[in-house]
Amino acid sequence: MMKRKSVIQVKDLVAKYGDDIILDRISFDVYEGEIFAVLGGSGSGKSTLLKHLIGLLQPYSGQVIIDGDDIANCDEQTFHAILRKIGVLYQSAALFGSMTLAENVAMPISEYTDLPKTSVDNLVKMKLNLVHLDGYENHLPSEISGGMKKRAGLARAMALNPKILFFDEPSAGLDPVTSAELDNLIVNLNKNLGTTMVIVTHELQSIFAVAHRVIMLHLSNRGIIAEGDPQYLRDHSQNPFVKQFFNRLAGNNAGID
Amino acid sequence: MRNSEDLQSCRYEVSQSEDGAVSLRIQGRMDASNAGRMIEGIKFLLKDRPPSSLTVDLEKVTYLDDFGALVLVELKSLMTGAKDKLYITNASNKVEDVLSILNFDTLGQGISFTKKPSPNMFTRLGEGVFRQASDLTFTFTFIGSVCLSLLYVCLHPKSLRTNDTFLSMEKIGVDALPIVGLISFLLGLIMAFMSSVQLRQFGANIYVASLVSLAMVRELGPIMTAIIVAGRSGSAFAAEIGTMKISEEIDALFTMGFDPTRFLVVPKIVASVIVVPFLTLFSNLFAILGGLVVGVFMLELTANAYVAQTIKTLTLFDVFWGFLKSGAFALLITMVGCLRGFQVKGGAVGVGRATTSAVVSSIFLIILSDSIFAIILRYWG
Repeated sequence: MMKRKSVIQVKDLVAKYGDDIILDRISFDVYEGEIFAVLGGSGSGKSTLLKHLIGLLQPYSGQVIIDGDDIANCDEQTFHAILRKIGVLYQSAALFGSMTLAENVAMPISEYTDLPKTSVDNLVKMKLNLVHLDGYENHLPSEISGGMKKRAGLARAMALNPKILFFDEPSAGLDPVTSAELDNLIVNLNKNLGTTMVIVTHELQSIFAVAHRVIMLHLSNRGIIAEGDPQYLRDHSQNPFVKQFFNRLAGNNAGID
Repeated sequence: MRNSEDLQSCRYEVSQSEDGAVSLRIQGRMDASNAGRMIEGIKFLLKDRPPSSLTVDLEKVTYLDDFGALVLVELKSLMTGAKDKLYITNASNKVEDVLSILNFDTLGQGISFTKKPSPNMFTRLGEGVFRQASDLTFTFTFIGSVCLSLLYVCLHPKSLRTNDTFLSMEKIGVDALPIVGLISFLLGLIMAFMSSVQLRQFGANIYVASLVSLAMVRELGPIMTAIIVAGRSGSAFAAEIGTMKISEEIDALFTMGFDPTRFLVVPKIVASVIVVPFLTLFSNLFAILGGLVVGVFMLELTANAYVAQTIKTLTLFDVFWGFLKSGAFALLITMVGCLRGFQVKGGAVGVGRATTSAVVSSIFLIILSDSIFAIILRYWG
C-alpha cells in the first residue's frame, strides 16, 4: 500500500461570484499518485473548483495547498514554483493556433529547461509518440481532429512532467473509442510516471475506468455530498442524488439541472 | 580510466576498457532537473574517445521519466555511427515499463522534423493568384448578398432588427461623440492658429473663419470622423464577426435559418449610415468652435463677426455635400469591417489580422472615395 501523502489539500474553501456562493466551505485531500475525480452535474461548481485549484481564481476564504504551498496566499515566486508542478488539459485543449503541434509542446520545454535544441526536438517527438501523435509534428491545431487536439493538449500539459495533471472534462466531445483511448492513456501515465491526476468530469464510464477516488459536488448544499471509491458509491450510497447520478436517472431537479 | 560527476540528485560514472568499450553507470533520479546537464556532460566525456560499444547500467536508477529516457535516446543516436551499439543493462521493471510506453526501441533513428519544403516561385505565384481570385469572388458575393439583404429590408421594413440597430447607433455614434468632439475642437484650433499666422500679414484675420469652416465642412470633417469611426467601430465589427466565425456562431445562425448578412450586417449598415453624418455635423461644429476660440482670444475678432463670416462662407450645398460624403464613408467602413470579419480563418491570429486589415482598408477606401467625390464635384458643380 502506498504511503498516503497529500499533494493537494483544500481546507474550508469558499468560492463566490459576486454575492453568489458557489462552493461553501469544502475540504478534501488528494493523495500522491492517485487518480482523483471531481464529479457533479452541470452548475454544481466543478469548473469553479478546478479554477481555484490551478490558481486562476482567488478563493473568497479558505486554503488550497498544493504540495505544501498555499496557492491562494503566496508570493509571486512560490506561485510560479507551484505552476511548474502542475499541468492542465483544458476542455478545448487550448493549443496555440499559430504554432504547429511540435512548437506547442516545445514551448514550455525550451523555456524552462536547459536542454539543447536537438534534444528538445527528440523529447517533443517522444511526448507526441506517447500520445500516439507521431507524424503530426508539423500540423497546425486547425488541421487535426478534436480527439487529436485533446491528445496534443495532453502532450503539452505533461511537457515538463508535472507532479499533478488536471483534466477539465477530458472526454467531452470525443467518440467512445477515442475517449476510451484517452482513459487508457491517463491510467498508463499514472502507473508509469506516478503523476497525480485530478479529473473534472461527469462521464460515468470514464469515471469507473480510471478514478481511484471521487468526490461529488452538488448544488443542494454547494459542497461535497459524497466521497470515496466510485464502485462503492454506486452500489452502496444512500444519498438520492448520488444514486441518481450513478444510475443515470432523470430526477425532479436533482441530478442534472 | 574513470570519470564521474555529481548532479543534484543523480550521479554518473564513465569507465572505458582497453578495447574501447565504454560503460556508464547511472545512479539516482533521471528527470527534467538534470537531463540537460547529463546529456552535455556525457557527450563531452565521450567526445575525445569514441567508444566501440556503450553499456549503460541502470541498476541504481531510482526514477526515470521521459527526460531520463531522452538521455538514453541521445546516447543511442551518438552510437549510431559506431560499429557496435548501445546496451542497456539491469533496468528495473519500472524503468522498462517507461521505456516501453515510450517505444524506446524505435526512437533515436533519424529524428528530424522534416519541414515542408517551401514551394518554388511559380507555385507561390500561382497560389497567390488563386488566393486573390477567391478573395475577390468572396468580396463580390458579399457585396451582392448585402445589396439583396438591404433590398429585402427596404421591401419588408419590419424584418429590420430594430433593437440591434439602435444599439449599434449608440455604439457607433453616441459613444464616439466625446472623442470626435475633442479631436475636432483641437483640429479647429490648430487650423485657425496656422492660417492666422499667414493671414495676419495681410490684415485678413476675418478670413480665418472662412478657411476653418470651409475646409472642415467640405473635407476634413467627413474624413476625420470617418477615420475615427473606422478605428473605433470598423475594427470592432471585424473582431466581433471574426470571433463569431471561429466559434461557429455564424454557422449556428445559418443552420437556424437566419441569413448572417441580414442578421449581422444590415443593422450595422443602417445604423452607421444614419449616425455617422450627424457625427460629422458635430465634428464641424466643434472645429468651428475651436477656430472661434483662436479668433476671439488671439486675433481680436468678435464672436459675432466670426460667426457671421462663417455663415457667409458656407452654402447649404457644402453642408449637404459633406453630409453625403460621410454617409458614403460610413457605408464603406461598415462593409469592409464586416467583410473582413467574415473572411477570418483559423484562430486568434486570424481575428487580429482581420481587425488590422479592416482599419487599413477602410482608411484607404475613405481617402480614395474622397478623391472620387472631389473629381465628381469638379466636373459637375
